[in-house]
Amino acid sequence: MTTADRRKERLDRGIKVRSDGIYALLSWRELGYLVLPRLVLIAGLLLLPLVVPSLYWQRVISNVCLYALLALSFDFLAHYVGLVSLGGALFIGTGAYIAALLNKNLGLPLILTIPMASVSGAAICTLLLLPCLPLRGVYFAIVSLMYPLAMMRIIEALNIFGGTDGIMGIDSFPNHWVEQYFVLIMVLLFLFGLRRLVNLDIGLVFRGVKDNDQAVRASGMSITYYKAVAVFIASAIGCLAGACLTHIYMFSGISLFALDFSILPIAATVIGGGGTLAGPVIGCFILVPISELLREFGTLRIAFYAIILMAFIVFKSEGLMVYGQRKYHQFERWVKI
Amino acid sequence: MSESPMLHVEEATKVFGGILALNRVTFDVHQGEILGIIGPNGSGKTTLINCITGFVRMTSGKVFFKGRDITGKPAHKIADLGVTRTFQIMRPYYTLPAYKNLVIPLFSPRAKRTGGWRGGGKLGDRDTVGIDILEEIGFERDSFVPYKLASSLPTGYLKRLELARCLALKPEIILCDEVFSGLSMSEIASMVPLIERLQMDGITLIMIEHRLRELFRVASRVMVLNFGEKLLEGRPEEVMADERVKTAYFGSEEVEEVMTYA
Ligand SMILES: Nc1ncnc2c1ncn2[C@@H]1O[C@H](COP(=O)(O)OP(=O)(O)O)[C@@H](O)[C@H]1O
Ligand SMILES: [Mg+2]
Repeated sequence: MTTADRRKERLDRGIKVRSDGIYALLSWRELGYLVLPRLVLIAGLLLLPLVVPSLYWQRVISNVCLYALLALSFDFLAHYVGLVSLGGALFIGTGAYIAALLNKNLGLPLILTIPMASVSGAAICTLLLLPCLPLRGVYFAIVSLMYPLAMMRIIEALNIFGGTDGIMGIDSFPNHWVEQYFVLIMVLLFLFGLRRLVNLDIGLVFRGVKDNDQAVRASGMSITYYKAVAVFIASAIGCLAGACLTHIYMFSGISLFALDFSILPIAATVIGGGGTLAGPVIGCFILVPISELLREFGTLRIAFYAIILMAFIVFKSEGLMVYGQRKYHQFERWVKI
Repeated sequence: MSESPMLHVEEATKVFGGILALNRVTFDVHQGEILGIIGPNGSGKTTLINCITGFVRMTSGKVFFKGRDITGKPAHKIADLGVTRTFQIMRPYYTLPAYKNLVIPLFSPRAKRTGGWRGGGKLGDRDTVGIDILEEIGFERDSFVPYKLASSLPTGYLKRLELARCLALKPEIILCDEVFSGLSMSEIASMVPLIERLQMDGITLIMIEHRLRELFRVASRVMVLNFGEKLLEGRPEEVMADERVKTAYFGSEEVEEVMTYA
C-alpha cells in the first residue's frame, strides 16, 4: 500500500477524564491513566540523586534543575503571555548577586537569602523590563537580551560587587543532598504550580494577553499590568535559580550574566515542546547532560546544539512532550481511503 | 434630557499621516437611546469608535462621558467606566472555548465591582456566569456551542461573542462596529430583538451599520458620515429622504433595498 491511498486516523481514547476540568473518573484504571505520567515524573526526579553514580553527575543534576527553572520561566512567558524573553541571564545574574551580597555582607543564611533574592530580584528585573513591555515579539526579545550584557559591562566598568573578580566565599548548601533535593523540589513545585496557574482565571487573562491584547484592553484591563505581573512571576523563578546557583558554586561573578542562561532554556523548550511546561523541563534533562558530555570539545558544543536544534525544528517541530501526549492520548491507525 | 448627555463628542478630529480620517465631528448620545452611524466604507466610522474608546489617540477634539472629560484616557480605563465596544474584525480569544472567553472580562476590575450578573451578590464561578451571558446573547445553553473553541465558531456566534464581552462588563454604553455585517438575513433577524432587549435593559447603544433596514428599525437617531465629516443627523426617515445621503450611497445595494421597502 502506498501512502497515497491510506491515511493515518487518530482516535481519542474513550476516557472522559480529559473533558476540560470536569473529571469523570469511572474506575481505578482511568485514575491510573490520568495520574501515571505525573507519578512517573515525580518519582523519577526524586529518585535521581539516589541512582546517579558520581558526585560529578550529581552536580550535573543541580545544573539541570537550574536550567529547568529558567526553561519553565521562558515557556510561561513565551507561550502563555506572549513575551519572548531572552532575559534568562539577567534573572540568573540578578538573583545570584543579590543572594551573594546578602550572604557575604549581611551574613544572612541561605534560608533567608534565597527567598529574599527571588522576590527582590524579581522586583528589580520587572522594573528594568517595565519600559519594554509594550514592545512585541522580537523587539522585546532583543531588549531583554541587552540587559545582561549591559549589567556585565556596568559591573566591570564601575568595579562594584567585586568587579571582574566577583564575590567569593559564599555559604554553600549544608550538603549535596539538601542541594539536590531543594532544586528538584523547586522544579516540581513551579512546574505544577505554573500548570495550575495558567488554568486559573488570572491565567486565562495572561493567555488572553497573548492571544488578543486588544480584546483585553476592551475588557477594561491594563495589558501592561498583567504583563508586569507575569514578568514578576517568571523573573522570580529565574532569580531563584540564580540564588541557588551562587550558593552551589559559592561564587557570584559577571560570568553569571552569560548568554548560555538565555539560550539553553530556549533550545530545551524547542526540544521538549513549547507551551507544555513539562516539555522544557524534559528538554533540559536531555540537553544539559549532553552538554556536559561534550564539555571536552569546548566551544564546539555550540555546533552540536545547533545541529540538535535544527534536527528538532525540521523533524519534530512540535517537541517531545506534544508528541508524547498525542501518542498517549490517542490511538493511531492506518486506514484505507 | 435634564442632565448632561451620556456621551458628548466635540470636534473629534483624526489625521492618519496626512489623511483626514475624521474632521471635527460633534454629536451627543443620550441615556437609553440607539444612535445609528452610517457612511460609505472609509468614511471614518471605525476611527470614530477607536477615538471615543481610547484605542486611537485623537488629533484634536474632546470626548465627555456623563459630563466627565475622558479624552486621551487609556482604553482600559475608558472600558472600566462602562464605555465598551465591539470590533468590526472580531477579536475573540481563539484558543479558548467560547465561555472561557468571558472569564477574562469577568475578571476585570469593573466586573468585580459591578458584582454578579443579573443583580447583586458576589460573582460566583466565572464559568457559570459566562455561560449565563452566552445564553442571554443567543448561544443555545444545552448544546455544545458554548464549549466549542472560538476558532471553530462561525461568524454569527463570533459577533454575539463580541457583544457578550461587552455585557460581561455591565456596560453603560456599547459602541457596536458592524455587528450585522457578514450575517445572513435570518441571523440578523434573530439579532434585532436582542438589540432591542439591550435597550430595554437600559443600555445605550451606538450602532455602525451597513444594514440600513434593520438599523432604521431600532435606531432612534441616525448620523451620516462621509469622508470623515458629519453630513447630517436626524430621525431615520429624515435621513432616508435626504438627497445627499442618496448621492453618498449611490449604487449601494442596501440603499436601493431600503428604498424599495420604504
Ligand atoms: N490605523 C490606521 N492608519 C492609517 N490610516 C487609517 C488607520 N485606520 C483607518 N485609517 C484610514 O482612515 C480612514 C477611515 O477608516 P475607517 O474609520 O476604518 O472607515 P470605516 O470604518 O468608515 O470604513 C480610511 O481612509 C482608512 O484608510
Ligand atoms: Mg469600519
